[in-house]
Amino acid sequence: MDQKDLGTFRERIVRNRRNSLLLIAAFLAFITVFGYVIGYAWLGHPIRALYGLALALVVGTIFGLLSYYGGDRLVLAASRAREITHADAPVLFNVVEEMTIAAGLPMPKVYIVDDSAPNAFATGRSPEHATVAVTSGLLEKLDRDELQGVMAHEMSHVANFDIRYSMLVGILVGTTVLISDFFLRGLWFGGGRGGGRRGGDGGNQLQIIMMLVAIVLAILAPLFARLMQLSISRQREFLADATAVRLTRNPKGLADALQKISGDKEILEVANRATAHLYIVNPIKRFEKRSKGLFSTHPPIEERIQILRAIEAGGVAETSGQTSTETP
Amino acid sequence: MGTILLIVLVVIVVVLVIYAISTYNGLVRRRNEVEESYRQIDVQLKRRYDLIPNLLEGVKKYFRQEQDVLTQITQARSQAMQPQSPGQQAQSEARLSGAIGNLFAVAEDYPDLRSNTVLIDFQEELSSTENKISFARQHYNDSVQSYNTKIQSFPAVIFARSMGFTESEYFEAQGPERESVTVSYD
Repeated sequence: MDQKDLGTFRERIVRNRRNSLLLIAAFLAFITVFGYVIGYAWLGHPIRALYGLALALVVGTIFGLLSYYGGDRLVLAASRAREITHADAPVLFNVVEEMTIAAGLPMPKVYIVDDSAPNAFATGRSPEHATVAVTSGLLEKLDRDELQGVMAHEMSHVANFDIRYSMLVGILVGTTVLISDFFLRGLWFGGGRGGGRRGGDGGNQLQIIMMLVAIVLAILAPLFARLMQLSISRQREFLADATAVRLTRNPKGLADALQKISGDKEILEVANRATAHLYIVNPIKRFEKRSKGLFSTHPPIEERIQILRAIEAGGVAETSGQTSTETP
Repeated sequence: MGTILLIVLVVIVVVLVIYAISTYNGLVRRRNEVEESYRQIDVQLKRRYDLIPNLLEGVKKYFRQEQDVLTQITQARSQAMQPQSPGQQAQSEARLSGAIGNLFAVAEDYPDLRSNTVLIDFQEELSSTENKISFARQHYNDSVQSYNTKIQSFPAVIFARSMGFTESEYFEAQGPERESVTVSYD
């Protein structure tokens, strides 16, 4: 591979780190504004509205820290994944080890999700605290080369710090939805209290405007957050495919794997909209049909396979003398 | 006027120093990566040497009539473990791979051995170890490329060599390693 490729590898990490910081800053700014607006709408006073701001910041920070340090465990628990050792699935373990060596990364924890639908994901906050998980269906249906391609794709997410960024985005979406929900529900049940105060202040027009702004924000913010989650995870899949080929020098393995996974009709029951963007292939099948649309977490799989086949045909895939399970 | 000039000079010097430090640290990081990835190759080679006695122990009783298959492996292994030049090393590694391949080929003729889980497990472990060796070499070459490019690019090119940073050598597959291994059934 050429030097440009190596350069972009590191650049991607730097860019992901910078974007992570920007994301946190934007999130805090949004929480501040949103909290203040809600506080004003609720309490009807510019100083007392700071309570709303403080509450939103505290909730946002606590929720954020908890998810940053425990988010991977949460995702794994939600997916009903169990940790395995070398003895449980030697081939899977070996393939992961091979990819860590090719990428120069520490060994991640390996988990299995007992589900016959083939799929895989990676999570964690850094390569030192990373986890890769595959479904038992993936282990059954893929051969060694295909499994290697999938694990190379997942290790690329780890190496690029995509896992941290995806987790932060998940947290952002989650917290925004939580606060918006909290506010809208409060509006439903506790509307009388705000009205009473409004009467006492002698009809505060600004409070009514703030109330409207808060409602609009509470409805739009989760939508925007989700759109962001979708658009960034799409381009990341292409990058991870390319990096995977750089690691295995074998585009055929990943292309065959993607073909098998996308052709599989089974539905991954443990996946939901909060974890969908983590998987190698979108687990929510009805989305795949209109996957060119704005609301897909993944690029169309045909396009990914096409690109890999083109690399394969172009002869970029020089093997470095690796052996497969067949006898030499 | 004099103070402005002084401030400008100080700022330039500070920026240059920071630039030099980060370049230097980048060189050190890459050099360590090269060393680390070189060690990883040795780790994997050693792993293969360690696996072989267990494999032989597990299949010994099936190979009473094929003693020479086993002795070939033992000999090739001890030869590969001798300290030697990289060229010779590659040759004896290839001989070892050939001898192990021979064992698996012979095993095909024995129905009860073909389904022996010890053998199947070892086949996976050995081929995975061979993959790991070549991935370790691939990663070593990637690290060397990154390190050498850094040394040869501006600004490191000015001071890298005088500070003891010298280009590392790529690992290149030697002739015999590239040749296909001939399997003999005797």
